Amino acid sequence: MAETWDAIVVGGGHNGLTCAAYLAKAGKKVLVLERRHVLGGAAVSEEVFPGFTFSVCSYVVSLLRPWIIRDLELSRFGLEMIPLECSFSPLPDGDSLCRWSDPERTRTEISRFSRRDAELYPEFGLAMMQMARFAKPVIDAPAPDPASLNPRELIELLKLGRHFQDAERDDLAVRLKLFTMSAADYLDEWFESDVLKAPMSVSGIIGTFQGVRSPGTAYVMLHHYMGEIDGAFRSWGFAKGGTGGVSNAIAASARHFGAEIRTNAAVERVLCSGGTARGVVLANGDELAAREVVSGCDPRLTFLGLVGREELPDDFATQIERFKFRGSSGKVNIALDRLPPFPGREGDLHLRGDIAVAPGVEYLERAFDDAKYGDFSRRPYINIVLPSIVDPSVAPPGKHVMSCFVQYAPYDIKEGPERWPERREAFGDAVCDTIEELAPGFKDSILHRQVLSPWDLEREYGLTEGNIFHGELSLEQLAFLRPAAGWARYRTPVKHLWLCGSGAHPGGGIMGSPGALCAKTMLNGGGL
Amino acid sequence: MPVPTPFHPRTSALCTSLFYKEWAGCYAVRSFDTCHEREYYAVRHAAGLLDVTPLYKYDVRGPDAGRLLSRVCVRGFTKQKLGVVSYVCWCDDDGHVLDDGTVTHLDDEHYRMTTADPSLYWLNRHARGLDVEVTDVSRTIAAVALQGPKARAVASELVPSGLDELRFFRALRTEWEGRELLVTRTGYTGDLGYELWVANEDALPLWDALIEAGRPHGLMPMGLDALDVVRVEAGFLLKDVDYFSAKHALIPPHRSTPFELGFAWMVKLDRAPFVGQAALKRAQENGHERALVGLEIDWERFEEIYYSFGLPPDLPTATCREGVPVYAHGRFVGQATSRTWSPTCKRYIALATVEAEHAEIGSELEIEVTVEYNRTPCRATVVEKPFFDPERKKSCPGVTA
Repeated sequence: MAETWDAIVVGGGHNGLTCAAYLAKAGKKVLVLERRHVLGGAAVSEEVFPGFTFSVCSYVVSLLRPWIIRDLELSRFGLEMIPLECSFSPLPDGDSLCRWSDPERTRTEISRFSRRDAELYPEFGLAMMQMARFAKPVIDAPAPDPASLNPRELIELLKLGRHFQDAERDDLAVRLKLFTMSAADYLDEWFESDVLKAPMSVSGIIGTFQGVRSPGTAYVMLHHYMGEIDGAFRSWGFAKGGTGGVSNAIAASARHFGAEIRTNAAVERVLCSGGTARGVVLANGDELAAREVVSGCDPRLTFLGLVGREELPDDFATQIERFKFRGSSGKVNIALDRLPPFPGREGDLHLRGDIAVAPGVEYLERAFDDAKYGDFSRRPYINIVLPSIVDPSVAPPGKHVMSCFVQYAPYDIKEGPERWPERREAFGDAVCDTIEELAPGFKDSILHRQVLSPWDLEREYGLTEGNIFHGELSLEQLAFLRPAAGWARYRTPVKHLWLCGSGAHPGGGIMGSPGALCAKTMLNGGGL
Repeated sequence: MPVPTPFHPRTSALCTSLFYKEWAGCYAVRSFDTCHEREYYAVRHAAGLLDVTPLYKYDVRGPDAGRLLSRVCVRGFTKQKLGVVSYVCWCDDDGHVLDDGTVTHLDDEHYRMTTADPSLYWLNRHARGLDVEVTDVSRTIAAVALQGPKARAVASELVPSGLDELRFFRALRTEWEGRELLVTRTGYTGDLGYELWVANEDALPLWDALIEAGRPHGLMPMGLDALDVVRVEAGFLLKDVDYFSAKHALIPPHRSTPFELGFAWMVKLDRAPFVGQAALKRAQENGHERALVGLEIDWERFEEIYYSFGLPPDLPTATCREGVPVYAHGRFVGQATSRTWSPTCKRYIALATVEAEHAEIGSELEIEVTVEYNRTPCRATVVEKPFFDPERKKSCPGVTA
């Protein structure tokens, strides 16, 4: 072991890269090791078919923190974002609902289904915004530890408590409801139109193995409204060149600050001795020493894969074993000859945002039913984006890339996840058939198709059980419980081993928070 | 996309400036010419004709129609006489104003309400248990405002009898060429004027008839920019400019009680329960912290500030809706939300929300004036509203006092 790094980051996903960039910016000697040939982890752009570049896994930039954009000077390093303009929901009868950024236009659209809902819709947005205002500090700071007696922890906790205390009484009631109710039940309190409620409710279930009527899913809808608070930074948008554009900008920033980044460098395991991480061993046998090892991989892969149960306290290892992954979604990436012809709409304005195949709450619940009993949804919820409309750099002229996020596709499919390779194309067919029903003629426009099941996401991208968030974003797996009680502050029971991926607080999405907050913790009293 | 109103074929042909804005989802002309001044002078000296179709309109019918409106609004309607129009606001449970509009008592068990925000759900929500039906007629009934000193003369060409007797804030149901026509002695200009309400299909004939009748009287079509000047002269508040609906408020300063907006005169507290009653009672007892006032900017000081930069005073001829801070002895006490030069009053006037202790007539305050990118406080005095209040507004030649 000739060379020693201050920190080695395992995994070149957007959080690993963010962590590395912050450490390098602080003057540390940092090395990032990525198993694949391309950086980004699940925030990756790849030219899957010649001329067609896909955001292979994650497909929109949700909550990328504005302060990270500023700290790492990401605009300077090539980050460009294009806002999503609308949310389009086609219906089986040829009708459709489109929610626009223009409130008056949205009101007109919704009033075709319910005048009452049309009037209430802006009020709902305002109510959610009220809540999101208070939730935002939570994702911008390390999770407080309520069990701690450390005065600093207590002060942080009090600060957070104040956000809640400052809230008006009515707000507290709303918050409690959001924490306990299902997305669909919560929306039922506000709206009457199924056509409106269905596409709204899905933001409560994305990436979870839960249905829109499962309790606890309501609050996830808040995430959607948090993005809008930073509207000026366009937190919800397409990254130019695909979501890999975000990762590449962060990587460029990290390199600028002096980090070294290697691809095709798979880490076999974390070198541990005496309960302390000392470096990593690569798949090719090389051993690299470091003062600190940071894992951007998910908690199960990190602790039970790279570290090994024997190096961990049993209690902690058990918590990690119990941490819920159970991936529930797949991805179908399609190269298109032309835009999908949804009836009743001319032009492409309605296709410039996301398209939600969610024609009704019952439809969504039935989709979940299929998954509950071990099959993919015959008629799934699909969230489609066509980024090539607003970013022509990702497809040949006139052609388009279509990214379909599909839920449900349970990892634990009947007879076991290893059956996925033989079911994969049937799953892809179900997705295409579903879209064809809503946009007759769509299938004729397909040039190429890539289907990714949760099984594929696990094998290719290292996402345990195909969970896109490194573990479900359900309430019992958040904040001071992510990934395990007592270990939510990026530290791990292994000395000098840190967790900086989406399996750490505040969780998944192209947010960058776990990576940045991990680096800050390491630098600020973490011993680096 | 905004939709055209039934008058659009006529107004769009005249709108050579192509200055439009969106009003409640409809295309609305800002000014027909590139400058609204001619329209302003027409409405103050002759007559102006303004398409007000975009207003939300609801027909409230049934034995409990009056009870529903009494339950929603800050005043009661069960005793309102037939043919009376009321300007009214309505509040949420906390006594914060949601919107303002008019209620016309059209017939037995039949009222029509106009609102700025869509309000069908709000009305229906409070109609539970009442024998009443609310119909949204926003897009089936067209309306024009005929305003100005010659408004009566013009309208009389269509309605030969009844107008001389039609008092301020009264309605007249009549006919014109066999078509149903509702005339209300209302408007947003603070001048003599009427609003004429017809079914959509009668809109174009009505427009043509009014334009024809108005020709000898100097009638001009008028847009929202001219209206914005005359409504400030008249001291009328504009929602989302001078105050916010509690429905859209994120923080407490964005919410107002009727007392703070100067709507105290319309609040009738001691009657059957209505939305916000308890909170309004408390608000009345506790007094209010802010008040909406009229301000007059001291011309000499204003001129001085300009001269100190070697410039003559420069005034926007349209109403300026960017709020500016108002100070008392250098301390921030509120904001002026609508400002305009009043060509009729020859005064620079503003509508402002200030701390109640500075709301007395004659209070000396300062308003921020920006000249050559420099911000300077300029003396301004709290004055009576309306700034312009001609006798003709309420005149009634057919009724002897």
